Amino acid sequence: MNVSVASSPHFSNTTTSTQRMMIDVMIALIPVVALSLWVFRWHAIVQIGLCMLVCALTESAWKKLSGKPASIADASGLLTGLILGLSLPWSAPLYVPIIASFMAIALGKMVFGGLGMNLFNPAMVGRAFVMLSFAGALGASAYVYPDASSTILTQATPLTLAKESAGASMPGFWPLFLGTTNGSIGETSALAILTGGAYLLVRRTAAWQIPAGVLASCIVLGLIFEFTGISNLNVIQHLASGSLLFGAFFIATDPVSSPLAPKGRLIFGLGVGTLIMILRVFSSYPEGVMFAVLLMNAVVPLINRWTIPTPIGGPIPAKP
Amino acid sequence: MKAAISLKNLPKFTFRKGIHPPEYKSYAEHQAIEVLPTPDTVRIPLLQHLGAPAKVSIEPRAAVKVGDIIAESGGFISTNLHASVSGKTAREGIITLPNGRRVTTIPIKADPEQELEGDALKQAFLGGDWNVNLDEIDASSISKAALQAGIVGMGGAAFPSHVKLMRNDDRPITDLIINGCECEPFLTADHRLMLESPQSILAGALIARHATGATRISICIEDNKPDAIQTMIHAIGDRDIDVKIMRSKYPQGGEKSLVMAALGKAIPTGGLPLDVGVVVLNVGTVASLARMVLRGMPLTHRIVTVTGPGVVHPKNLLVPIGTDFETVLQYCGGLKEEAARIIAGGPMMGFSVTDLSTPVTKGTSGITVLTAKELNAAATTACVRCGLCVDTCPLDLVPTKLAMAARYKHLEVLQRYHVDACMECGCCAYQCPANIPLVQLIRAGKIYNRTHS
Repeated sequence: MNVSVASSPHFSNTTTSTQRMMIDVMIALIPVVALSLWVFRWHAIVQIGLCMLVCALTESAWKKLSGKPASIADASGLLTGLILGLSLPWSAPLYVPIIASFMAIALGKMVFGGLGMNLFNPAMVGRAFVMLSFAGALGASAYVYPDASSTILTQATPLTLAKESAGASMPGFWPLFLGTTNGSIGETSALAILTGGAYLLVRRTAAWQIPAGVLASCIVLGLIFEFTGISNLNVIQHLASGSLLFGAFFIATDPVSSPLAPKGRLIFGLGVGTLIMILRVFSSYPEGVMFAVLLMNAVVPLINRWTIPTPIGGPIPAKP
Repeated sequence: MKAAISLKNLPKFTFRKGIHPPEYKSYAEHQAIEVLPTPDTVRIPLLQHLGAPAKVSIEPRAAVKVGDIIAESGGFISTNLHASVSGKTAREGIITLPNGRRVTTIPIKADPEQELEGDALKQAFLGGDWNVNLDEIDASSISKAALQAGIVGMGGAAFPSHVKLMRNDDRPITDLIINGCECEPFLTADHRLMLESPQSILAGALIARHATGATRISICIEDNKPDAIQTMIHAIGDRDIDVKIMRSKYPQGGEKSLVMAALGKAIPTGGLPLDVGVVVLNVGTVASLARMVLRGMPLTHRIVTVTGPGVVHPKNLLVPIGTDFETVLQYCGGLKEEAARIIAGGPMMGFSVTDLSTPVTKGTSGITVLTAKELNAAATTACVRCGLCVDTCPLDLVPTKLAMAARYKHLEVLQRYHVDACMECGCCAYQCPANIPLVQLIRAGKIYNRTHS
């Protein structure tokens, strides 16, 4: 008999683990990936596959060079690759996913000390890097899919259309909802994202306050912009187009770079949503999710400080 | 045959957050309380309660009978100790209690002949008539009787009960809560007591109400013990006592959660239920009070659940205080080959034990033996700030921040995140996907805060 000693509790929930959380997000992304394969065919496989491969290789190499134990089994690197791949356009030249993935892991995660230590969402760090470096390769025309049988796919993305001219021929609600429009590989279908997002919320892998905050602020601002005529899009088009929903459910909810307490998460979500709408409507970029998330990531330590919950029963009484 | 009362339509009370670990009550739930044969020797530690150790009050090598006082209260928060067997005391020794404190013990070598043993002891302890005539009892004498009997909270914390039963006209008590929740996933001692001697609990509750001047009594029982709820409701009959059904959830039996769940009142941080006009007593505590007031029996024995997958025959035992774990476990068929951890108490808040000569004290509610299968041996990984610990903390703390601040000894952060409010229930560590020993770190943080501020 070998008796061990430790501090209580002697009992823990074996159904939760870091790996399980990451895999949960991957499971939630199955509908999104399936739809992207259907719309973009082998282009999607190449972009997503390359991103996941390079992320895994970068993380392993970094660990090896720094003499730390390998951490690829926690699946967080692969998840970064998957989300990054889904956020790129189908036509990106192959060096784009490779450089983006390397930057996501190296600059977005490992320099901070690896999993759990990073300030910014690694996938968005990688994407921001290539967005700014290869603006031409990732511009509005990158999303157009000329070989497609659907006419909607042969024109610019809905948000670019709306940006360029008032009253442009926006796709109707159903193409936006089902995802048969142009856009990044994984963000076209509201239906697929909502299905996966619902799974995340049910599994409690994602905090519901974040998507709720994003959607609430986007709806309110969307309505204001719609009725004041500042935006060419109505609120439904705003919600269903671009990576708004993908960002709300899969990018902003990254636990590492979002606040800890429920109140903080709501503030974070509201902040992301507000920035998305401001960037969409007033900036020269058609889309604002990436910058909105990165900007709010920078404020997370402050949000955490503002939202320290008061313990039940009030704060500790001062010493007499 | 008593008619079953429908429990379906009764409201269920609960608190926010907390966890719901799988239950392993079935190991000992249906084992009727048995009396442990009197051991050869018992060793009675001088500190079995919160507060100051008791002071020895007998000559060395004295002949004692069951219930004789061998040590007297050593302060306001302290209580008396009694011989739990008849016999002769031996030279004082030192023992390490499961919580790590080293204390003096008084060993008593048991006589071969005991006055009360086996079924007769069980009958005297649990059976018979428990009618109480409150008119004959002076309310102010009850607290003294509790001190005399050495009664402490039997749920595990072992707070001397006479302090709670003292009436203070400046701070009136409105509610008396009788705690029958027993939310630790393995323990069944309180459950069996409620089934086998509900009248002693009721008598004790009435006596405690008389002492504190409370206007209401609520007996709180978790909904995973429907038979205990039925038994208590029948035993109450038309008396003015509420049975409140609590949702099975950990830590439902903790005072802070229980008062919140049953009455919607938050106990101030660093305060006691007394601060909101409530007294919480465990079912075992009020039963001991009734035994003292009605039968003159001080606290010499307690019900201990011996349970878990590492025990050959799990049982609920009536054990003389001071009996060592070895004797108790042997009576239950001993340990199985695969036993991996022996815990004094339950797995959520108990202490792991390596030395089987550790004695059963007044606060030992159970001995749980786990195997490697239940112990989560997975390695600790990095914190991903998922916030599951924040989502489960019943006190609304931020365990991960507290643990990190404790690890890096950040006094200012420890205080900013209210380290002293933590009750160490372990919900956060239970839930943590990265297997970070949050409670252990926070405990260290509390000590650091105490010694450095």
